[in-house]
Amino acid sequence: MVMRKLQLPLSQTQKVRFERAIERLQSLSSANSDASVIVTDSIPVNHDDAFLKGHGTSEVDGELLATVCGVVERVDKLVYVRTLRARYKPEVGDIVVGRVIEVAQKRWRVELNFTQDGVLMLSSMNMPDGIQRRRTSVDELNMRNIFVEHDVVCAEVRNFQHDGSLQLQARSQKYGKLEKGQLLKVDPYLVKRSKHHFHYVESLGIDLIIGCNGFIWVGEHVEVRDPMAIDDQKDEEMISSSSAGKEQNHNPLETRQTICRIGNAIRVLSNLGFTVTLEVIIETVNLSNSKNIDIHDMLGSEFHVVVAENEAERRRTKRKK
Amino acid sequence: MEYVNPEGLRLDGRRFNEMRQIVAEVGVVSKADGSAVFEMGNTKVIAAVYGPREIQNKSQQKKNDHAVVLCEYSMAQFSTGDRRRQKFDRRSTELSLVIRQTMEACILTELMPHSQIDIFLQVLQADGGTRSACINAATLALADAGIPMRDLAVSCSAGYLNSTPLLDLNYVEDSAGGADVTVGILPKLDKVTLLQMDAKLPMETFETVFALASEGCKAIAERIREVLQENTKQLEYRRAA
Repeated sequence: MVMRKLQLPLSQTQKVRFERAIERLQSLSSANSDASVIVTDSIPVNHDDAFLKGHGTSEVDGELLATVCGVVERVDKLVYVRTLRARYKPEVGDIVVGRVIEVAQKRWRVELNFTQDGVLMLSSMNMPDGIQRRRTSVDELNMRNIFVEHDVVCAEVRNFQHDGSLQLQARSQKYGKLEKGQLLKVDPYLVKRSKHHFHYVESLGIDLIIGCNGFIWVGEHVEVRDPMAIDDQKDEEMISSSSAGKEQNHNPLETRQTICRIGNAIRVLSNLGFTVTLEVIIETVNLSNSKNIDIHDMLGSEFHVVVAENEAERRRTKRKK
Repeated sequence: MEYVNPEGLRLDGRRFNEMRQIVAEVGVVSKADGSAVFEMGNTKVIAAVYGPREIQNKSQQKKNDHAVVLCEYSMAQFSTGDRRRQKFDRRSTELSLVIRQTMEACILTELMPHSQIDIFLQVLQADGGTRSACINAATLALADAGIPMRDLAVSCSAGYLNSTPLLDLNYVEDSAGGADVTVGILPKLDKVTLLQMDAKLPMETFETVFALASEGCKAIAERIREVLQENTKQLEYRRAA
């Protein structure tokens, strides 16, 4: 049958193993599969009870039709279709990772995989010196000292303007510019909203930010420092490290390799269409380590098949519990 | 020339109401938001959809509260026997417009203000009916991109040769000089979104040819739904929360 194919050459045995793993995944989640709809499928609703039609639905001649492909969700009276493989739908408070594409008047425009660019106002940013004050025209002229085009930033969704455009804010030390790492883009439906989107993998010394918009940042761990503490240290640093500063900017080979390994693990998961969570990422990384798979071999056919099998096994054991 | 032999078979061995084999697949361009390949016999079209995304060229924005739909149709140089030179000739400009209008009619553009949707279509192999194949490919790609639509627009062509109405003309039949009717419908809403014909046909004949073409559309819609259903299920159980 037709399916979203892996764009990889599989040998005969790999093909069989892969198909078996996929079949097992299918059998494990059979309970929910009948809720999937495609465009113009009618959604069964009880017309006697009042119901609210949500996103992805429209009413034609008293019949509720889906306008997108996805899964029907029912929350109390609300009936909506949750899309798969669509652009990011922001919610207030989401943590997102994005790329600055334009420095404009008092604002940065940020690409977020949304239908429009996000807007990060200068006034909704913490200033690098950590002082709370009115933004002056001097600050506006110095905006390029904070972010320039193509910088990767992390921020929070603040609100929607009345015209539907998206406002961001970065009012904490944990938000802001991301450096020394990799940005990965996955489909937003593979990321689940949770309490924690910032992760620090202590064993590897890596920061992982899983943005709700499907942009994932993998980078070297940076200590979040109190702005006041930085102020005190600044003077000392000025004296001691003015010459050595440049060389320290390179992170060691080992860290870079770890970043690549995690990056490739995420790429494999996204290729296979599995949910991307910290747990699964780390498991995939460990799997590649235990199987002695080189970083550049992780994107090959064999590892894809191994990950698929592993995922099937993982879900099976999880279900037993 | 004889296009339908006395046994009722056409040049490629089909009967008058028979379509060519349809192969459809979604998710073929990894960078695109939605993509599809659609084959009807030897006609093969690839479609890629980007968006809804920020409007690149503000001057194109006509209505402020609707998404802008843009469409680019092109034929690969190798798609026909004789090599084509120009990229943007009058024919492809016209086709881009026709396809854009058809797709715009079924996309719920009012849900995506201040954004644009780009549809890129490339004919990889041309053997008649590229117009229809393009619309079908675009529909698949839009559905794959998760763009809300009123209905799945599908299209099919039919013609009239040797006093027989023929479904889904190939290149030889298309260039025979007879009438060529391309029909695009919204199967669920039962509406016609596209109707084009070159040459003339008497009223009664047109009715039968049109009916044949819309039957073809419904058959294609069935096939497209199967592909999308399979794809949606697949994505959902792989994701599994």
